[in-house]
Amino acid sequence: MSSDRRDFVLTAGKLLVLTAPAAAYLEAVETGKAEEPAYKMAEHYWGMIVDVDKCIGCGNCVRACKTENDVPVEPYFFRTWVERYHVAEGAEHPDVDSPDGGYSGFPEKYAAGDGAKSFFVPKLCNQCAHSPCTQVCPVGATFESPDGAVLVDKSYCLGCRYCVQACPYGCRFIDPRTKTVDKCNLCYHRITKGLTTACCESCPTGARQLVDLKDPKDPVHDFLRDHKIQVLKPQLATGAKVYYNGLDGSVR
Amino acid sequence: MAGLFAAGVVLFLILKAVLVPKGFGVYGHYRAGALADNRVRAPRFAGRSACIECHTDERDAWKGGKHAGVGCEACHGALAKHAEDPSASNAFKPDPNTICFTCHLTNAAKPRKFPQIDPKNHFDGGACNGCHSPHAPDKEPKK
Amino acid sequence: MEEGLLHAVQGFMYPNEVELQWSILIVLYPFTTGLVAGAFILASLERVFNVQAVKPTYRLALLSALAFLLVAPLPLQLHLGHPERSLEMYLTPHTSSAMAMFGFIYLWYLMGVLVLEIWLDYRKDMVLLARSETGWKKTLYRVLTLGVDNISEESLRIDDKLGRFITIVGIPSAFLLHGYVGFIFGSVKANPWWSTPVMPIVFLFSAIVSGIALVLLMYMLVCFLKGIPIDMPCVDTIARYLMYAFLIDFSLEMLDLIHRIYEADESFKSLDFMAHTQLYTSQIIVQIIFGTIVPISMLAFIQVVKLSEAARKGIYVLAGLLTLMGIFAMRWNVVIGGQLFSKSFLGYTTYKMAFATKEGLLPAILLMILPFGILWVLVKVLPPFEEEKAAV
Repeated sequence: MSSDRRDFVLTAGKLLVLTAPAAAYLEAVETGKAEEPAYKMAEHYWGMIVDVDKCIGCGNCVRACKTENDVPVEPYFFRTWVERYHVAEGAEHPDVDSPDGGYSGFPEKYAAGDGAKSFFVPKLCNQCAHSPCTQVCPVGATFESPDGAVLVDKSYCLGCRYCVQACPYGCRFIDPRTKTVDKCNLCYHRITKGLTTACCESCPTGARQLVDLKDPKDPVHDFLRDHKIQVLKPQLATGAKVYYNGLDGSVR
Repeated sequence: MAGLFAAGVVLFLILKAVLVPKGFGVYGHYRAGALADNRVRAPRFAGRSACIECHTDERDAWKGGKHAGVGCEACHGALAKHAEDPSASNAFKPDPNTICFTCHLTNAAKPRKFPQIDPKNHFDGGACNGCHSPHAPDKEPKK
Repeated sequence: MEEGLLHAVQGFMYPNEVELQWSILIVLYPFTTGLVAGAFILASLERVFNVQAVKPTYRLALLSALAFLLVAPLPLQLHLGHPERSLEMYLTPHTSSAMAMFGFIYLWYLMGVLVLEIWLDYRKDMVLLARSETGWKKTLYRVLTLGVDNISEESLRIDDKLGRFITIVGIPSAFLLHGYVGFIFGSVKANPWWSTPVMPIVFLFSAIVSGIALVLLMYMLVCFLKGIPIDMPCVDTIARYLMYAFLIDFSLEMLDLIHRIYEADESFKSLDFMAHTQLYTSQIIVQIIFGTIVPISMLAFIQVVKLSEAARKGIYVLAGLLTLMGIFAMRWNVVIGGQLFSKSFLGYTTYKMAFATKEGLLPAILLMILPFGILWVLVKVLPPFEEEKAAV
């Protein structure tokens, strides 16, 4: 190469290299705070812990989720909901109800002191590692992201509803406005910005907690070790990543 | 017939190359752009760390009391808009006699150790924040 | 609509389960592809297994199969939230999904098997018709022959050999066309009403039953309309095959049922309750009693007691109609039945079928009438019977 061209390439290279830090500097000066580190999918593996012993059925999570994610309120569809179980001693099966998914709380319908075991169970998409919904999607409109969230590609979904049939937990629905499938996506737009999910943020008792299994400092590791943990429908081997503490055998 | 079939296959391959969306198959059998699409939404809940940046008095009361585990927006609603521009949107002050019962109204299914009250037996009909400071309910409200 | 449905919920259902996902249109799809597969299997009986008695129905069976196959994707398109994105199934098929295979299996079966076989079998007639007809009909037949107008002995022998080969390939293709639909349901572990390894086989045999019944009825109808005498040995043979296929189909379904009752796993009580309440009419009365046991008994009776030609014709028509009704009921019970109960095994919902909506009863009826319209056109353009062949 002649010296002109060599000089040009070197100078151009130097200028190019400088633009990145210059841009960062300008942005820092402009916004007044340091540029947020870019989110790297490989550094995270998301899940959730649900502590049944702490849930008080207030319905904050249901309302927060609908607000945060613009879920249709009426007629009703749910990305997350709460169920109330009432297990009389020796009963064949539990009495379960979920009035409007728990959106307006749970009006009392049982007499206190009737000797039954009673509790609330929050439900959401279990973000399965071997998700049956992903397996059956004919076109690849739903998928497991590299960081452990099961997401939906709304611009690609055909609305065939096969995934809704294949989900054992009933966590999917068809959004009547977009005619595509929708479900809990672990508030992906929040967790990739360092925030927690809307349901966890608004839960007053800490019954729901977002966990990052790849973060060594996350309390999930101690929690999983110190408590007896279950997932829903373990016999279906879905690789569910929502871990329940205190889950009673009667829970469906 | 064979010619037609071959032409059909070639046409299909061309269509496939043209029509399959960019970024398909990069991370798996899906459009890579869908990851970004799922991140596009603007949060409506700011998160408690945003609130306590400015509301330091409430923060101090809250941190020391029994509601330390309860986020601000659990009672005050979604406030991301307010956090971004406090003058533009006024924060929501909930009515104590409604908001407190959302959690504390007695219910057979609630964990027994959780503080629950039956309004008939608990107080004389006044407001909850007459005796309880909302941010630190084990303490009396500031006069 | 969901508001109204809430009142119809008994017990507990997960909130998102209350509204059914797959409607009557999705019942239609396995029914039509079943008719296609069954009609084709009957046609192949003559071509591959040399059952000469059923030869008169060979071409009619193929045309019936084509008429129904052309209509088969329509209920699916109506059902999709975004039918304009259907091409994605061809562009990025997810190979772990049985549904993704639909596009390729359908296209293969339509073009590589059915259309090709019909073209090969009718080629000589089309060439002759192209020569003898005038005006737009002449052009039509010339286009249909694709310009291949050599009808020498040699050429026709090649047609025949190719046709035979296509039929041999076509039999497993027909199995695949309908078997994979059974797999779509049978492989869903989340739904115990659907999840069973025998599902593809049960679907296939009930498809064969429905296809044979369809051809039987169509043959008798077309003969009646054209004033051609019905070939009795032909229909007697078809009816015998119908009975055999039905016996196998019924045994498979009973095996599945007995197995479920015996094992009585966690879902059993809930499903049993559903079968005795919500699904009682469509399953016990329509499908099992009137749709299976009655036609089988009628056909078996004919094997044992000699009846007059008129009596046999009457029985074939009645048995054929009951069979079609029974197989439709079977599809209904699988598709709709699988969505009436909650995956919590604690509750039930109802299917509220609308009339004049995109997925209502009216489009379903129209979609079932359409293949007959198409068949009428096909029969006019490609006459199926020897008596009507053009002179050389």
